[in-house]
Amino acid sequence: MKSIIAEHLVKTYRNGEVRALDDLSLDVEEGTVLSVLGPNGAGKTSTVRILATLLKPDSGNATVAGIDVAKHPDKVRELIGLSGQYAAVDETLTGWDNLVMFGRLYHLGKAASVKRAEQLLERFSLTDSARRPIKTYSGGMRRRLDLAASLIVQPKVLFLDEPTTGLDPRGRQEMWGVIQELVKGGVTLLLTTQYLEEADQLADEIAVIDHGKVIARGTSDALKKQVGGERLEITVENSDITHTQEIVARISGTALHTDVRTISAPVSTGSVALMEALRALDEAKIHPLDISLKRPSLDDVFLSLTGHVAEDEVAADSVKKKRGGKK
Amino acid sequence: MTITKRQLLQLARIPEVLVFSTIQPVMFVLLFRFVFGGSIQTGQPGGYVQLLMPGIFVQTVAFTLAATAVGLAEDMKKGLIDRFRSLPISRGAVVIGRTFGDALLNILVLTVMAAAGYAVGWRPTSGGLSIFLAFLFLFMFGYALSWIGIYVGLAVKEARTVQSVGFLVTFPLTFLSNAFAPTTGMPKALQYFAEWNPVSTMVAACRQLFGLKNEFGATATSWPSQHPLETSLLYMVVLMVVFIPLSIRKYKNTSN
Repeated sequence: MKSIIAEHLVKTYRNGEVRALDDLSLDVEEGTVLSVLGPNGAGKTSTVRILATLLKPDSGNATVAGIDVAKHPDKVRELIGLSGQYAAVDETLTGWDNLVMFGRLYHLGKAASVKRAEQLLERFSLTDSARRPIKTYSGGMRRRLDLAASLIVQPKVLFLDEPTTGLDPRGRQEMWGVIQELVKGGVTLLLTTQYLEEADQLADEIAVIDHGKVIARGTSDALKKQVGGERLEITVENSDITHTQEIVARISGTALHTDVRTISAPVSTGSVALMEALRALDEAKIHPLDISLKRPSLDDVFLSLTGHVAEDEVAADSVKKKRGGKK
Repeated sequence: MTITKRQLLQLARIPEVLVFSTIQPVMFVLLFRFVFGGSIQTGQPGGYVQLLMPGIFVQTVAFTLAATAVGLAEDMKKGLIDRFRSLPISRGAVVIGRTFGDALLNILVLTVMAAAGYAVGWRPTSGGLSIFLAFLFLFMFGYALSWIGIYVGLAVKEARTVQSVGFLVTFPLTFLSNAFAPTTGMPKALQYFAEWNPVSTMVAACRQLFGLKNEFGATATSWPSQHPLETSLLYMVVLMVVFIPLSIRKYKNTSN
């Protein structure tokens, strides 16, 4: 059964000038994790906001747990948990205060709210700081508390909008651990991210979106295959570059890519090609500085699908365009 | 109710806010009492402070508008409102809860100010019921303005801008009135404005309820200065009838 279905969602801003969602469709099987992967401005947050009843689409339908989000938003709200890009908790209150408050807002009784708050604080290792105001928390702790707040009534469907954006590597690792634990409990999760690694780590399936459209969809492995098989990469001393290129060209038979001292080429025979290369290099008395067989990363997937790299590179791109315009 | 409680809890967690939100009006009481009190001649027994206190009460509750607006804008910015909106609670609850919270804070502030006023010589001469009614009026006025605050907060969104807008509205309103000085000294056009200014009618209503002649009212013939109680009540009812549904609607339709 599908827990989340979005069909042909269109959302424009500023009277149609900005097309945030452009006929976006996706679905998520119950109990699985779908990661919506895309750069800033691709339409990730708009998608989540529509599914979480915060935003009305211009056209298109969406159901969550079988309920139409536009027609019965109240019923949907009883079943979902949402944790956004910002830690949406009251900073002046303590972690304990916040969770009890949200419990009360979910119509739990006072005793039940307190009990639930304490359970969640325990589960997210926040018991020690429960009585401190949120503003004294680290970024990772805030996010964990925010996530805890979205789990008060054990939602059937959980939306996490960029749960680790802005966290340091350690905070990110911690958050991933927490999310992985959560998924074992059987919740259906839609997670947006601009980190390819995060989608790779957490998701059963990945939907790559760009300019408000889903441009690719599948498991992380399937997406990687879509880009092509493995690549052979050999790094050698400058004097050996030409000779090595010849060897690699013979093995691969296809286009070479040379990056300073690293020669790389797609290969279809995997480790056999690697062995072959090693033998040929040895015969030619070339000692490679580095040699490896690389599977494409999601970064490669993203690049080949969108024609641009995720995240920061996008900003760099637009700078280039501006410079180009001045000519 | 939970939203209201959250605000009270906020006050308990950061008592500085409470301290400063009461210090400011108390400071106004002292400044006006001792700076102007000596030079403004009134025919009232008990002097300027008798006329001043109703003015300061009204000014203070008028600032509720900005307080509500800023609080709401901050919550929106932090994404807290989004979170509230994703919960299975009535959509009005969040804004209604906030107006209640601000109203409760007003009760506290008014109490502290009354004590400060008493300390510097303010003595209402009317009976207990009238005095109670005066405070009820003040409370209601603050509550009505709180709803405008909700609208402003939702419309402007940026907390710092909201603050400026709030003061831009409340400062002229409180000073272009009979709150601190007689309106008779103002240019004709401003006098006219001041007479109809809800702040003036509120101040006049309170003065009347505290047992004073409303000396600072301009031309005694104008309708609002003759019927300050009725006019003020009318203003409050109109404000609430207009802004409560308008603000709730705005809240429902707001998305960042």
